[in-house]
Amino acid sequence: MRSFTYTRPAEPAQPWTELGPDAMYIAGGTNLVDLMKCGVAAPGRLVDIGRLPLADIEVDAATDTLRIGALVPNSDLAAHPVVRERLPVLSRALLAGASPQLRNLATLGGNLMQRTRCGYFRDLAMPCNKRVPDSGCAALDGEHRGHAVLGTSSRCIATHPSDLAVALLALEARVSIDGPNGPRAEPIEAFHLPPGETPERETTLTHGELITAVEVPMTTLGAHSYYLKVRERASFAFAMCSAAVALEVREGTVRAARIALGGVATTPWRAYAAEAALIGGPPSTGAFARAGDAATEGAVPGRDNGHKVELIRRVVARALSTLAATDTPATDTPATDTPATGTPKSPGTGEAPRTGEAPGSTEGEHR
Amino acid sequence: MKVTFTVNGRPTEADDVWEGESLLYVLRERVGLPGSKNACEQGECGSCTVYLDGDPVCSCLVAAGQVQDREVGTVEGLAQGDTLDPVQQAFVDAGAVQCGFCTPGLLVQTHDLLNRAHHPSDAEIREALSGNLCRCTGYEKIMDAVRLAAARKADARDAAPTGLEG
Repeated sequence: MRSFTYTRPAEPAQPWTELGPDAMYIAGGTNLVDLMKCGVAAPGRLVDIGRLPLADIEVDAATDTLRIGALVPNSDLAAHPVVRERLPVLSRALLAGASPQLRNLATLGGNLMQRTRCGYFRDLAMPCNKRVPDSGCAALDGEHRGHAVLGTSSRCIATHPSDLAVALLALEARVSIDGPNGPRAEPIEAFHLPPGETPERETTLTHGELITAVEVPMTTLGAHSYYLKVRERASFAFAMCSAAVALEVREGTVRAARIALGGVATTPWRAYAAEAALIGGPPSTGAFARAGDAATEGAVPGRDNGHKVELIRRVVARALSTLAATDTPATDTPATDTPATGTPKSPGTGEAPRTGEAPGSTEGEHR
Repeated sequence: MKVTFTVNGRPTEADDVWEGESLLYVLRERVGLPGSKNACEQGECGSCTVYLDGDPVCSCLVAAGQVQDREVGTVEGLAQGDTLDPVQQAFVDAGAVQCGFCTPGLLVQTHDLLNRAHHPSDAEIREALSGNLCRCTGYEKIMDAVRLAAARKADARDAAPTGLEG
């Protein structure tokens, strides 16, 4: 690891005044410390923002908005009673990510800023346009069975690793940002950038800017939502494919739908075509299968990751079927993959996701 | 740099700490507490699990400067004198220790689980320990140990309804 200086800002209002050209912010550190150890990140200075007053979760009753401070740990957010009751997709996505120890350290802002888990990105001996611009992409012709099929470019096919961001995308959250040029906010959909010609640029943040909060509207849709994650083992693994889904059904007709995908795209991915396939029709098994098909629109598989296209179809259809089977907004057992019928656990206990089973292993609700 | 923090209730000061050292390194090499183990160094295996301000974390991913003025609890702090914590005793009695390298992290993580969940289901135990890897693959005995510790703590609570436990 390269030597660096370490500082904690004395002036909480403007931590960027402590930053130099070679500096990075550190909050929880679960991703950055790891990347520093393997040499991918090599800041000359760390500015510890971990104790800034950005760790509150507030409900704005006037606008029915949840404002989550950027430093709220993932475990606290997942256990928050308002999140569990009114934004179950968010709680489920959080508990489907990482391990309890990592969720205790990892923060909301850091989760949105985390880097890809592409093995070539982490391997300094290999070319990677994201790590060293214009050095090439070893994944295109290399081992890429876990890589993205949506939002890719000829320069990068690395997946975005976050579960949380997928749920926030489905909830149409807004990211609040502050920095040397003043505060601003934008939809999370705009915050993460597709790789295009510049895969090294992953978000709209400019040097010195930091996330201060995320605002989530608490809607009827958000209260009837669900997160399904398929991975290579039952827990503590990144998604092969995940889906955050929300449905508003009245009088047997889908009035509104949100579908976002994780583990299959270069950014958290909103599947608008899949949503459109549902609106105005009944919430039927056939409709959910058509939504699954539509969710693959634009997918460009490589030599070894064609299975992800089929995974998208099945995960979307199964997530929608599971959600539709819960008549009322799910208010309990946010970490389980079965419809919410269990007994609520005390907040913060490690709950029990059954997230590893193959999507085709349940009885024939689709295909 | 100098790092001042609390370890197992004792004010502790570590001098000449390099900024790039992890909390795990500081504990093992500068504070003389080698119980927390250094295995994967990337937050995957949980062998370095310690309490930080009351929550279990992977100490290999905590930069030394981050612990300034904070409270750390290590596996060395679980026992009361010569009396093992019920979690430790259950691991001994259930034979849940093979090479022992993952054991300190499992003890801390299980200690936290049983403080929050008095009657965890097997699924809850598995999820709570999902970040602790045993390369000997001795998971069945580990599960036995957690169940045993939970049962003993429940018995102790029944015997002492004043709520001294957990």
